[in-house]
Amino acid sequence: MTDRRERDQHSGTETTGHEWDGVRELDTPLPRWWLYIFYATIVAAVVYWVLMPAWPLPNGYTKGVLNWSDRSNVSADIHALRAARGPMFERLAQASAAQIAADPELQQFARAAGEAVYGDYCRTCHGAGGAGAPGYPVLADDVWIWGGSLADIEHTLRVGVRSTHPETRLSMMPAYGRDGLLSAHQIADVTEYVIALSAARDRLDPNAAAAARGGALYQEQCSACHGPAGAGDRAVGAPSLSDDVWLYGGKREEIRRQVELGRGGVMPSWASRFDPGTLRALAYYVHEMGGGEPDAPAPATPTQ
Amino acid sequence: MWSFHKWFERHSLILLVGILVVVSIGGLVQITPLFFIESTIERVEGVRPYTPLELAGRQIYIREGCYTCHSQMIRPLRDEVERYGHYSLAAESMYDHPFQWGSKRTGPDLARVGGRYSDEWHRAHLEDPRSVVPESVMPPYAFLARADLDTANLGAHVRVNRLLRVPYSDAQMANAATDARAQAEPMGDAAYDFEQRYPGAAARDFDGDPARVTEMDALIAYLQMLGAGVDFETYQAEAPENRR
Repeated sequence: MTDRRERDQHSGTETTGHEWDGVRELDTPLPRWWLYIFYATIVAAVVYWVLMPAWPLPNGYTKGVLNWSDRSNVSADIHALRAARGPMFERLAQASAAQIAADPELQQFARAAGEAVYGDYCRTCHGAGGAGAPGYPVLADDVWIWGGSLADIEHTLRVGVRSTHPETRLSMMPAYGRDGLLSAHQIADVTEYVIALSAARDRLDPNAAAAARGGALYQEQCSACHGPAGAGDRAVGAPSLSDDVWLYGGKREEIRRQVELGRGGVMPSWASRFDPGTLRALAYYVHEMGGGEPDAPAPATPTQ
Repeated sequence: MWSFHKWFERHSLILLVGILVVVSIGGLVQITPLFFIESTIERVEGVRPYTPLELAGRQIYIREGCYTCHSQMIRPLRDEVERYGHYSLAAESMYDHPFQWGSKRTGPDLARVGGRYSDEWHRAHLEDPRSVVPESVMPPYAFLARADLDTANLGAHVRVNRLLRVPYSDAQMANAATDARAQAEPMGDAAYDFEQRYPGAAARDFDGDPARVTEMDALIAYLQMLGAGVDFETYQAEAPENRR
């Protein structure tokens, strides 16, 4: 081929030698800086293949000479984290409520660890600072359905309420209205009696005649769990009816609805999500929200 | 060099062959590894194909654009594992067509949201997110509880997933619509058959309205199984073959 590359007279650049109707194409060379970066990226790709995991193969994949693994890295990170926090969590998991109370360092650690976990897992239902929401108990007050000692709280955290855990805390209030156990009139009477029993009596001014009729029904249907005087029973998770704290709302209509529907919330079991130290920290954090009770004389059951 | 190139340019057949050779090399480099992609999926216990109701919930998740604000991918980073739980495994997305990993977190990651809240919480939260999370910016989806679930297309959805090599049986394909209802009506006639066809799947009334099977049922059923499948008691995260 007889190629002598022509130069365009105007720009001084070589042409490709093509010509269409007298128009020639300039063959402007690529800028050197661009070309070298392009070559560098090709070299970098080859280097990357050699160093890093790259190609899926029939059995596994090319691991690369650096043996890089995200999973190994995160595992190492987490092991390092556990090693750093481990001794404190260990101490916390072994400590009784009295020992925690006597150890400011442990308290500070438990509060910080508990707060972090509470914010991620508990706050969405129980509210910031344990403020609660309708159907989700307030944790910052001293009213407890299943007990407010450190051991009680920790046990509730471990097994959950109406959860899938085999030892879950379980209480089942009948839906007196929905399931037709009591008539609408009877439910209205029981509601008046419950109001008369509770500290809401000044606020809601119960109808004395209706409350008197409801009293007999209450002793028949409700007192087995909630107690003859409405003191509640933590062993079966029956809330006290003598105070003015209502899980599903404290208006007359809301109290009546609860007798009618017998609602009960679900709390998941956290035993499989957290290790014993974290559970203890969380229990301590909740215990310290304002309403924690002293531990029962029996020692706290060590968690598995 | 230039005259060599000219040789290509001047003979169309040679140019055609040259193009074919170059494209084939590019294609082989990109496509061949995909044939071995399954070797990169770790073996785990517990990941199962979606039930028809969960599949319907997944369609609603996609339809409502949940993926634009929620990811489903816990990356292998310390802070993510601390907050959301064990990092996501490839096997957990093996029946996802398409996967919902996402790349945007306006809301939190949902890869392990299953079992984390009660059905009732999900109901309240979907109907009015601010009622349980005051600072939430999520829009309300109360209409899901009012919309009856359309089960007519579920058989076709299951079939398409089977074409994509999700191991659904003929019986699962044929009974998709009944199975979707059965999962939300645990006391119904088809409950036993459902349990036989999808062992281990949770059947209950998810939306708190036993009279109807709504889109809320489907979406909550889907959310409640997200990331809850893998049995991390048996999965050996530290084993060399799972370090990747």
